[in-house]
Amino acid sequence: MSYFIDSYDVAVIGAGHAGIEAALAAARLGAKTLLFTISLDNVANMPCNPSIGGTAKGHLVREIDALGGEMGKAADACFIQSRMLNRGKGPAVHSLRVQADRVKYHNHMKHICEMQENLCLKQAEVTEIRLENGKVSSIVTALGGEYKVKTAIIATGTYLKGRIYVGDVSYESGPDSTLPSKGLSDSLKSIGVKLRRFKTGTPSRVHRRSINFDVLEKQNGDEDIQPFSFETEKDGLKNIVSCYIAYTNEETHKVIRDNIHRSPMYSGKVEGVGPRYCPSIEDKIVRFADRSRHQLFIEPMGLDTDEYYLQGMSSSLPEDVQIAFLHTIKGLENVEIMRNAYAIEYDCCDPRDLRHTLEFKNIGGLFGAGQFNGTSGYEEAAAQGLIAGINAARYCKGQEGITLSRSSSYIGTLIDDLVIKGCSDPYRMMTSRSEYRLILRQDNADERLTPIGHEVGLISEERYEKFLEKQRLIREEIKRVKEKTISPCEKLNALLEERGTAPLSSGIKMSELIKRPQISYQDLAEFDEERKQLPDEVVEQVNLQIEYEGYISRQMQEVEHVRKLEEKTLPKDFDYKQIKGLSLEAQEKLNRVQPENVGQAGRISGVSPADVSVLVIWLAGQA
Amino acid sequence: MSTIAAISTPRAAGGISVIRISGENALSAAEKIFFPVSCKEKASEMKGYTCAYGKISDGENVLDDGVLTVFRAPKSYTGEDVAEISCHGGIFVTEQVLRLILSKGVRPAEAGEFTKRAFLNGKMSLTQAESVMDIISANGKAGLRFASALKEGSLFRRIKNVSDSILKLLGSLAAWVDYPEDDIPAVTDEEIFETLDLAVKDLDSLLSSYDSGRILRKGIDTVIVGKPNVGKSTLMNMLSGCERSIVTDIAGTTRDIVEESVRLGDIVLRLSDTAGIRSTEDKVENVGVRLAQKKLETSELILAVFDLGSEISAEDISVAESCKGKNAIAVLNKSDLEQKFDFSGIADNFKESVTISAENGDGAEKLSEAVKKIYDPGKIVPDAGILVNERQRSCAEKARNAFSEAVNALRGGATLDAVNILIDDGENSLLELTGERASEAVVNEVFSHFCVGK
Repeated sequence: MSYFIDSYDVAVIGAGHAGIEAALAAARLGAKTLLFTISLDNVANMPCNPSIGGTAKGHLVREIDALGGEMGKAADACFIQSRMLNRGKGPAVHSLRVQADRVKYHNHMKHICEMQENLCLKQAEVTEIRLENGKVSSIVTALGGEYKVKTAIIATGTYLKGRIYVGDVSYESGPDSTLPSKGLSDSLKSIGVKLRRFKTGTPSRVHRRSINFDVLEKQNGDEDIQPFSFETEKDGLKNIVSCYIAYTNEETHKVIRDNIHRSPMYSGKVEGVGPRYCPSIEDKIVRFADRSRHQLFIEPMGLDTDEYYLQGMSSSLPEDVQIAFLHTIKGLENVEIMRNAYAIEYDCCDPRDLRHTLEFKNIGGLFGAGQFNGTSGYEEAAAQGLIAGINAARYCKGQEGITLSRSSSYIGTLIDDLVIKGCSDPYRMMTSRSEYRLILRQDNADERLTPIGHEVGLISEERYEKFLEKQRLIREEIKRVKEKTISPCEKLNALLEERGTAPLSSGIKMSELIKRPQISYQDLAEFDEERKQLPDEVVEQVNLQIEYEGYISRQMQEVEHVRKLEEKTLPKDFDYKQIKGLSLEAQEKLNRVQPENVGQAGRISGVSPADVSVLVIWLAGQA
Repeated sequence: MSTIAAISTPRAAGGISVIRISGENALSAAEKIFFPVSCKEKASEMKGYTCAYGKISDGENVLDDGVLTVFRAPKSYTGEDVAEISCHGGIFVTEQVLRLILSKGVRPAEAGEFTKRAFLNGKMSLTQAESVMDIISANGKAGLRFASALKEGSLFRRIKNVSDSILKLLGSLAAWVDYPEDDIPAVTDEEIFETLDLAVKDLDSLLSSYDSGRILRKGIDTVIVGKPNVGKSTLMNMLSGCERSIVTDIAGTTRDIVEESVRLGDIVLRLSDTAGIRSTEDKVENVGVRLAQKKLETSELILAVFDLGSEISAEDISVAESCKGKNAIAVLNKSDLEQKFDFSGIADNFKESVTISAENGDGAEKLSEAVKKIYDPGKIVPDAGILVNERQRSCAEKARNAFSEAVNALRGGATLDAVNILIDDGENSLLELTGERASEAVVNEVFSHFCVGK
């Protein structure tokens, strides 16, 4: 029995990092939005690392912010330590990462949702999605309440048919001892969504007083803290805590090896596929048998708790083995576990069934986001949530969905990878996944995406005006620096020689000097009498855009090259078996993915360049 | 797809000529003109990989007798039904047979169309297809050897070695960048230099092979010079005459220059038609000299002919002067006459010199040896893999330049993210070369080579 309660435009199922971004975006774009969670006390929960950002993930957070999403601002509000990673390796791979106060982050995000106009946050388990004419028409909760909706966004994370494994013990559960979502899987299957099992894991949390910090390496935050959000003021940001580094040793490995048969992964009980890029400690020890030690990070979970997180030690071994191997680690000899490590298995979809808008190809108004789409990580989830939320709202208004290209962003790269290549294990973003790394820097996310955010309607006029002003200053200063000739003088030549680069014998354009890796725009301040005082973020862009001009234009050529292949449109719902020249594997993969153009086709694994040539020739023959 | 036919053997007098017919109606078309002697089976009933002896006839007159070989789709070169008729050589007869088959609803194949169909039907990869095109146009045995070495993938293997080492480096860089907090060893500048330097060295040696490869494949652009009546045309006749049967006429890039290819052992010489130059010489001597001079500057090999039977003249000296610093061979002709010519004064202008008697057909061997000393095909081992066409050369060059740019950038203090982009670029060019990466350029190349219609 079900009973009608109310009507909405958008229903978001799950209030984790994907669901929140989706619901906030949809509500902000004017859609009447309903955000479901199984437990209101777990909104925006971090069931794994108490941290946001990291390599490539930091890029995602900056991009989410540039488009008008929430994660960056929330992280700025709740961080307790901040570090810019990869500082020595060049601006393209600089990545911001913060330790966040887990409980504060939950409270902050929950309150943001509560305060959002058009958004209704509700505790209930959604068990059914109903369709009319192949389109989403309503959703039903476990209690029987029916809500008429135009769209539904599935953001169920690891809740969907969640099952936890610790040694030979296993039970149905969501993350952090929450209730799992049970009924929805069957409903999804019945409306034609194909599901599969993935697994992930988390390490144990331990008590502060049981750690011997004196013998551990300490890791502090940066002195000069960069915020995630382009709107956050730098003043007043500060680090409050330190993290610590410890190492496993031969004895730790022996304990694990001796008990490996007790792991549900190795005994074959778990059918789900785990993440290659975030392996459990037992995985690391089996796969890298020659390594004599592995690193682990000991991170505080927040300011109002003594719980510490052991990054790098995720495990599904039995509790007694967990205790035994932790006790072999220097500094953790007497460690007291507060929450044990576990593996969790859950249902997720095959993202190749989605369009680039994250809407299901075969079901109108049904969207997927986050771990449900096969990814891993809060940032990956939030990025997809944002895009799904925007597109669900646009769907309700009868507008065309937006899609981001690979050359525009890591978000575009992430979604293109998912939709075109699919994933056989939980997908983690990495800088090496982007072929346009030098263009897609974390520092220029606003330049790349804020115009899109504004056009969509998530960036306020005020913020957009500020953005345009920043871009104007950058443009004008670059122009000036390219025209300005700088003359040699004793002081300048002394500086150049000191930096190990050739002194000047005649005048040179200032931009040419900045292109030398040893010299920055800031270095030349005293030789540049007409220079105006400019904001730090403008100076940063002037410097980077000039210094890396040659490389950037190289990448732009590559962008152009790919664009040409993407202009070659392939037919819809086509049977590629008709093209005999294609390899058998290519025929099958192309039939499965149904790419929109030759560029996409070429990125499908199993479609070789020779297959692409066949497609191009075949297309030319069709014209 | 329509059924196509063409003469698959060279348009030259030979023992046997083959006409290939490919497509849906290949067998039924063959059946209409080919009548097996044993008369047991019609062509359309024959199994794949079988042949039959019979008469080729238009129904009234028998044109020739020959052998019909049947290939059934997909087990044929093109992947379609194929009939091949082997008949008796002569150009006239072969063309008659082709014309007959074309009257049976078959259209003439465009250049490279059989290969295009083979490619479209998944019978060969792009690099294979490319090397087939090269085999078709390969003159001379060494060229053919190289083309088939390419098809079997020795170039592929050689590039692959470079590409693999670069890929390994890129992997280490990616891991180091994406896992800054893990215990991953830093990639040192020394490691990067070492890998890149080696790659540049390998690609350099590959690139230097390009010219030798091209020479083997296309022949050496050769000009015969000398003052009138020293025996230029006699030399030309002698050279063409030694292997008359393999001499072919190739229309050059400009319509009015006709070149003649002759084979000296493994090497093909593309001789300029000096007769043309000589005829203008008679009328307007200056024009002739100028033309000869121009040809002399653009050619890869100069055969300068001198008359041993007469005193050295100012013209001879002028010819010798223009050979300075070039790949030039002095051909001292008329060894049968009384020796009046003093070569010693100009000998330094030539890389080699040979004494011959073109009139008596004496000395071809010696000339061939001299050419080989300059262009030694034996020096290049076909198994090492060489670059044979402009696309491959340009990919290899792009890769090499990107890698050496990366070395310079790193040395100049550029950050790793930028250096990484350059290495990426180079690797992409290598993958393009081996056909592991799709690119508009590759596909364009296919279009231009295969003359894809419409």
